[in-house]
Amino acid sequence: MSTGPSANDEKSDVRSAGIGDVTGLAHVNVPGEVDLSHGVILYLDDVSVSFDGFKALNKLSFTMEGGELRCVIGPNGAGKTTMMDVITGKTRPDGGKVFLGQTIDLTRLDEPRIARAGIGRKFQKPTVFEQHSVWENLDLAMHEDKRWFHTLRSKLTGAALTKIKETLRMIRLEDQAFRLAGELSHGQKQLLEIGMLLMQEPLLLLLDEPAAGMSDHETAQLADLLNLLRGKCSMMVVEHDMEFVAALSGNTGKVTVMAEGSVIAEGTLDEVKRDERVIESYLGR
Amino acid sequence: MLSPLSWRLLLIGVIAVLALVPICSMLVPETSPFHLSAYALTLVGKIMCYAIGALAVDLVWGYCGILSLGHSLFFALGGYMMGMYLMRSIGLDGVYHSNLPDFMVFLDWKALPWYWHGTEHFAYAALLVILVPGLLAWIFGFFAFRSRVKGVYLSIITQALTFAAMLLFYRNETGFGGNNGFTDFKRILGFPIAAIGTRTGIFLITFVTLVGSYLACRYIVTSKLGRVVMAVRDTESRLMFLGYSPLGYKLFVWTFSAILCGIAGALYVPQVGIINPSEMSPGNSIEMAIWVAVGGRGTLVGPILGAFIVNGAKSFLTASLSDYWLFFLGAMFVIVPLWLPKGVVGLLKRFFVKP
Repeated sequence: MSTGPSANDEKSDVRSAGIGDVTGLAHVNVPGEVDLSHGVILYLDDVSVSFDGFKALNKLSFTMEGGELRCVIGPNGAGKTTMMDVITGKTRPDGGKVFLGQTIDLTRLDEPRIARAGIGRKFQKPTVFEQHSVWENLDLAMHEDKRWFHTLRSKLTGAALTKIKETLRMIRLEDQAFRLAGELSHGQKQLLEIGMLLMQEPLLLLLDEPAAGMSDHETAQLADLLNLLRGKCSMMVVEHDMEFVAALSGNTGKVTVMAEGSVIAEGTLDEVKRDERVIESYLGR
Repeated sequence: MLSPLSWRLLLIGVIAVLALVPICSMLVPETSPFHLSAYALTLVGKIMCYAIGALAVDLVWGYCGILSLGHSLFFALGGYMMGMYLMRSIGLDGVYHSNLPDFMVFLDWKALPWYWHGTEHFAYAALLVILVPGLLAWIFGFFAFRSRVKGVYLSIITQALTFAAMLLFYRNETGFGGNNGFTDFKRILGFPIAAIGTRTGIFLITFVTLVGSYLACRYIVTSKLGRVVMAVRDTESRLMFLGYSPLGYKLFVWTFSAILCGIAGALYVPQVGIINPSEMSPGNSIEMAIWVAVGGRGTLVGPILGAFIVNGAKSFLTASLSDYWLFFLGAMFVIVPLWLPKGVVGLLKRFFVKP
């Protein structure tokens, strides 16, 4: 805990700017601000997690560049969801480094602080607030002060309303704004959850099988939506549907293949498809 | 928060009660059918205190998903703090004509324990009514919620907490009158406590507090904080991954609820004239949860209705058919979850609100 007034400080919203300490040559380190000076947004090194002797993650190393859309594929039990759990603070790793940007050590923050630092997460099963209406779901996700005494007096401003409307249009749920989220179809819930993540204005978006249980039409819609976000924030997509992966990564996008808790291959989709180890452990001969 | 029409109706209702109750209790002759007897005043006043307690339980249970089976502790603590003031106001009129409360003379104590100092001042006692339940709830809540204790485990711990407090208060050494508690009050703020005018006054204060508590709860649950709290109840993990720390939210509603319950207890004691450790019994806490369930949890009118229905039935049945009260309570245990999962309010909604 020697990082000074860093992201560990509950009082300062992790992304709020302040006057920083100078750590290197003409490089200002602003506490709590995600430092992308070397282009890397997410950095995992030698991360291990075991549950009762079972190694869910085995010395996993993984890097993502800022602005990248990365697809992660791999067989069941490869540790994809566990990796997301580690990044978002749900699971503490037994060892290894997990950094957001150059400076924020994610292993020292809890889930809400990691979320405030700029990581949004979509669950495998669509998770929305079913007893709240669609617009209330978006309002709750909005990027603003999330401490209790602030929300007690918080009023819906015009700017917030515009933003909610914009997001509703993007996820095509304008007609459903006043319906309870619990009444939506499975695919609509998936879209709503992604809409909530957009309201959060994350720097890094983790999507765990976003196309699961969606119709072909909805899957295409989702691919369009994610392509629209490309460049606005970095995204990591865990997916089984190879067509969807192909639609997202195209010819040049990087794909990471995981098996048994580590990365076994990385490259464009075509490259990894030709990789011997990938064929053996995942695609099958 | 409320529609203009509702505000107007509420205001008219409050003014009507404030005007009519004193007339009916003090001016209308006893022979008239419109006369309000001291018995009726006390009974309704007592139930209004229960209704405030039920509101408090509903705020944490119905809205935040925390089923507390220990709210009678906060109710009783508020009552005890008020009781300390009432005991000190007896002055030299006690059985032993001593400056010390009777039970201390009986135990052969020579001086007041330190925590009794200052309780002769009403304002200080009123402050304690808020601070003691609030502080205890905050400390308990901080450790329970920080450790992410939830659901039935939390319910059991709250139950254990009130039980432990009851055992503590049963001891004479604790300095709160042991199993007899406090009673034999003579006056409050200089007014004779049993006089019909005083009773009417306390009744009206309780009524205004009930309306105020309702409005405060209404403000909380219709704010954005209220929506976050309901999200804590439904899907806490989603909320955390959106960047909310549930701890602060839970602590706020939990502590607010305990304070509300303490105030209810403080208004209860001068009306019933006694406070003893049996008020902290686990059974009392469970009964509070039953009022909420019967009325309809997750609504604010529900717990108030529930407190009146159950306690109205209780005072009617224990007076006329005393053998049947427990059967009635047992039947409620079965009927409400089976056929009235949303309570009386849910039932009324089904009849009056078109889907």
